[in-house]
Amino acid sequence: MKRSKIIYWLFLAPCLICFLGFVIIPTIMGFYYSLTDWNGIRDSYDFVGFKNYKTAIDEEQFWYSFGYTALFTFCSVILINGIGFLLALLVTRKFKLANAMRGVFFMPNLVGGLLLGYTWKMIFTKVFPATGLPILGNWLTDNKTGFAGLLILMVWQMSGYMMIIYIAGIQNIPDSVLEAASLDGASGLKKMFKITIPMVAQSFTIGLFMVLSNSFKLFDQNLSLTAGGPNHTNEMLALNIYNTAYASSKFGPAQAKAVIFFLCIAVISVIQLTITKRAEVEA
Amino acid sequence: MESKVRKKSVIELIVRNIFRVFLILLFLFPVGILFWVSVKTPKDISNNLLGWPTQWNLSENYSKAVEKMDFVVGIRNSLIVTIISTVCLCVFSSMAAWVLVRRKSKISTFIFMLFSVSMLIPFQCVMIPLLKLWGKRGISGMDFFGYNFNFLSHTGLILAYIGFGSAMSILLYHGFIKGIPVELEEAAAIDGCSNVGIFFKIVFPLLGPITTTVAIINIMWIWNDYLLPKQMIGGTRSYWTLPLQTYSFFGSFTVDWGVAAAALLLIMAPVIIFYLVAQKKIVKGVVDGAVK
Repeated sequence: MKRSKIIYWLFLAPCLICFLGFVIIPTIMGFYYSLTDWNGIRDSYDFVGFKNYKTAIDEEQFWYSFGYTALFTFCSVILINGIGFLLALLVTRKFKLANAMRGVFFMPNLVGGLLLGYTWKMIFTKVFPATGLPILGNWLTDNKTGFAGLLILMVWQMSGYMMIIYIAGIQNIPDSVLEAASLDGASGLKKMFKITIPMVAQSFTIGLFMVLSNSFKLFDQNLSLTAGGPNHTNEMLALNIYNTAYASSKFGPAQAKAVIFFLCIAVISVIQLTITKRAEVEA
Repeated sequence: MESKVRKKSVIELIVRNIFRVFLILLFLFPVGILFWVSVKTPKDISNNLLGWPTQWNLSENYSKAVEKMDFVVGIRNSLIVTIISTVCLCVFSSMAAWVLVRRKSKISTFIFMLFSVSMLIPFQCVMIPLLKLWGKRGISGMDFFGYNFNFLSHTGLILAYIGFGSAMSILLYHGFIKGIPVELEEAAAIDGCSNVGIFFKIVFPLLGPITTTVAIINIMWIWNDYLLPKQMIGGTRSYWTLPLQTYSFFGSFTVDWGVAAAALLLIMAPVIIFYLVAQKKIVKGVVDGAVK
């Protein structure tokens, strides 16, 4: 073998070996296990075809979690992007507090999902009831307020992140364009809808899909805030898969659900790629 | 007329600033309330959560939190795993990205594609087979010429982070290295510099900005990660990182919210300090990673 070829493989080896060993091989094994009756403990197992997929699809909780996750993703995409955009508009004006505000809004994004979940759990179960206000009871006892609670947590965590992305978009708009519009007598709102929003369209695509994939795959926050409870009514997809495996020991159906989950993410990503590519061509 | 306009703008300014301060307080509220609860006695927490504490319980809550959570062990484990994984990821993935960019071939394209596509795989998809492959019933239980390697340890966890993190890191390095002119490396090669020398003496120092980005993204992810350590080292308490400690802590001590709030603040503290020290770089790093 030529020396340069040895170097090539030597430089690739550390990443490639770990990547194959921890990502690719387990993924392939996972696809295979989803077609067997392996129960997690036994060493022997048989090929059972698509039986696990049927079990997964027939399970009511799976569809409930799917619907809950879809609705949650929809709401969080709109709320987080909307609020993030408004925050970006706010802090791109020139005033003393602007930089401090950016720093504060972005901060929750760095704190881990588990910590966020437990912090808000304390707020919803202890602080809310302590205020004595009728609407602020313990919010984690049913699925409607639990849903709202998780949404508030995610808005608190991610809107600062979206803000940063929109700031970049807004700062790319040349001042001359806005000045020209002002000279032509365009009002503030008109400038917003005719100039600012169209010109940050690409940032919207990025923000939209980032919140989408984050919310769809949400696990840590869900686990720590409600652990899916009460009675699985706040259980999102990722947690449902986890519980199927480790709470109910149904490894085959859990793996089948994981494969379905993977396919959903793949479809979302293909849509994202097509849209971004098209936007690039137009721009 | 003129004074009317000025009066209006003064009122507007005041309203605006009140709104801004209100927004800041709203975002700081969860952390603030954590601190407020963390200084209180259990009795105050059940009867007088929002009011002024009848008795300050600060030092007791914090020392209890440190003790019950094994905070010192947790932070040490988290530091070991995060630092070693991040350093390895920066070095190994820049090496891999460099050869993938500079040696154009079908196999390079294929490997790069495989890394890129793998980012779609959700962790739930590999979590069960991962344990089967590397656990006591898999590689960790095997004998290699009389030696037994336990991968359900920090070593295994770090290798797993290199595996899971290399796709994103290679992608970032790949994009950056494409923009570096190859002439510099060719000149060094003519001067008799070896490939390894070219990479470590010439290319790697040029990668500074992107290395910061890669490091920050990986630090933030690994420091806060829960599921992967849960799978790899969840069985051995002395290996636990902070997220694992947190989870177990809240499984058993949820009753005493004073201690719990102190624990949460203690775990948040390193991240917040890191953020205060390197805010600009962190924001830039996180966003660069997201946009690509």
